[in-house]
Amino acid sequence: MIEYIIRRVLIMFPTLFVISIIVFTVIQLPPGDFLTTYAINLEQSGEPVAMEVLDALRERYGLDKPMVVQYSKWIGGILLRGDFGQSFGHWRPVKDLIWERLGLTASIALITIVITWMIAVPIGIYSATHQYKFSDYAFTFAGYIGLSIPAFMLALLVMNAAHMKFGLDVGGLFSDEFIDAPWSLARVVDLLQHIWVPVLVLAVGGTAGLIRVMRANLLDQLELPYVETARASGLSETKLLLKYPVRVAINPIVSTIGWMLPQLFSGSVIVAMVLSLQTTGPLLLRALMDQDMHLAGAMIMILSALTVIGTLISDILLAWVDPRIRFERQTS
Amino acid sequence: MNAGMSIPPEPESDGRLSADDAMSQEKRYLASQWRLMWWKFVDHRLALCSMYLLCLFYFVALFCEFFAPHNPRQRARDLSFAPPQRVHLVHEGRLRGPFVYPRIQHFDQELALLTYTEDRSRVQPIRFFVRGDTYRFWGLVETSVHLVGLRDGGRLYLMGADRLGRDLFSRILYGSRISLSLGLVGVFLSLVLGIVIGGISGYFGGITDTVIQRFIEILMSIPSIPLWMALAAAVPPTWSQLTVYFCMTTILALIGWTGVAREVRGKILALREEDYAMAARAAGVKEFRILMRHLVPGFTSHLIVVVTLAIPAMILAETALSFLQLGLRAPTISWGVLLQDAMNLQAVNLYPWLIWPTAFVVFVVLLFNFLGDGLRDAADPYRH
Repeated sequence: MIEYIIRRVLIMFPTLFVISIIVFTVIQLPPGDFLTTYAINLEQSGEPVAMEVLDALRERYGLDKPMVVQYSKWIGGILLRGDFGQSFGHWRPVKDLIWERLGLTASIALITIVITWMIAVPIGIYSATHQYKFSDYAFTFAGYIGLSIPAFMLALLVMNAAHMKFGLDVGGLFSDEFIDAPWSLARVVDLLQHIWVPVLVLAVGGTAGLIRVMRANLLDQLELPYVETARASGLSETKLLLKYPVRVAINPIVSTIGWMLPQLFSGSVIVAMVLSLQTTGPLLLRALMDQDMHLAGAMIMILSALTVIGTLISDILLAWVDPRIRFERQTS
Repeated sequence: MNAGMSIPPEPESDGRLSADDAMSQEKRYLASQWRLMWWKFVDHRLALCSMYLLCLFYFVALFCEFFAPHNPRQRARDLSFAPPQRVHLVHEGRLRGPFVYPRIQHFDQELALLTYTEDRSRVQPIRFFVRGDTYRFWGLVETSVHLVGLRDGGRLYLMGADRLGRDLFSRILYGSRISLSLGLVGVFLSLVLGIVIGGISGYFGGITDTVIQRFIEILMSIPSIPLWMALAAAVPPTWSQLTVYFCMTTILALIGWTGVAREVRGKILALREEDYAMAARAAGVKEFRILMRHLVPGFTSHLIVVVTLAIPAMILAETALSFLQLGLRAPTISWGVLLQDAMNLQAVNLYPWLIWPTAFVVFVVLLFNFLGDGLRDAADPYRH
């Protein structure tokens, strides 16, 4: 087990290295750099552009150097000093801007996963044990709808309904007085009062998919002879269900955490735009449009890294839940 | 299949058998793989209906100039945010066929808004094959015939108007041409990429396989929307509509191919060990020919399923990116571009018909999901 974990951790490093190259290349794709955009904006607003200042900035951030040099400067700063560079749009170090937003993004994703599981697994079990009953059809149909509706539209509709029906303003993650306040118990409570909207919206799509997987897996198991044997030996139906088939059926779901994370980060970006959350989404969009490359690069990089770590955790979890995988590793 | 081999095929004229089911039994033995799939698929009512409806959607999108009542870019200042018109059948107790009442415009002083009511005294009958805005059909033939409309250039707004008084229904139909084709083209590109790269990976195996598989895993672990956003932001705003359209499909395909590639590789690895592949090899058939002639047909049905389920994801991605103003931009009309108008909460409250495009997106995606599930059941030989 430990050997397996060590090996998986070691694979992470080359993976992250390749990701960083891809991210940096993509960030570099737009023609020109932030300073050209900045100069054009200044010119349009009629302010004089000090060429010397621009040149000094360009040299300081190495924007005139070839890409390889820029890349090594960027990645070197991250690895050696934890320095993600400077945000050109905000004139502040990137690391001052992103940590709280990343934390909020990650907590939304984690809470969503927990909620998704709590809804999807019981419904999946219920659907499988009541196959072709009315309730099964109802859940399946609701699941299809959940899969088909764009998350940002759902966010818009929920927000609209909350506003019209209950007069609630559910945009954002905090009430006005808490936005810039330091962390306190009251702020956490305030956060919890707001966070359910994005969590609900994000959970819908994932839940729909998971119910289908859970239902199909469990149905496959229920057909097998060992279930019949257990039933014949007089085990109560609930105990039988939870002790064997559900345990087997849940394994593929554990392994899906790995790909749920990138989906959740993706989805939350758009939902965050609609609900104007203080997460990475709106900041990332702004950064991409302004060619604020250090800021955008840092955010995509960290989101990807979180995904890789999430996959690692789900693999370890899977090995822990499923003894077959554990033993296979040991013998091989 | 093996059982089928032992029964000699009989010419159809002599095929008189005593019992009907013996006949169908025999037909089943002789049927090709595709025919069997089709029979199973037809049993799946929901999937079959979805397929017909999707064909209808694509047909309408193909001929949207004719099906749309108006030119989607024709502005009408006096019809700003005009609500959808209700289609009536009975006027003052008499059946008059489908008609609408003319609108009367008011200016609401209190809210500073234009409001509209129906003028119940007059009737504007809805005509079929009516003359309206002229258009060049596919840029070739100039005509002005539309499927439905009002006479004398009256404006029939079945789903209301946007801020500039343009007909939302016509805009949705024109938008379907872009949104629906984008899904198809994007999936086609990712299919080509996926088959080539997945094929190379599965066919050569060894180091090549490992490198490609690692690369795919890495690509998959980057959250797709941020990556899409970054790529889409790199498309210069000065490019023409058509170029942006192709850039968007390429961007969608660049990320979508990984799934296809994994499926192809997995299937090739599994199938190349099958007895029939071994037999072909023993008979001296070249490796490449085995691949193309014997292995690829073995998983084509499977690929069709994967592709059908990938199209809705592409359509949703397009709407999301265009909604964020990173994808297609006005004056291009797509469902995502139309939804930009719905971003404003106030607008949605006052003019709820602006979310009509959502209904179309959800409906089409739903149809693709039903179709894909039906195909999956049909393509699975172990399911009855």
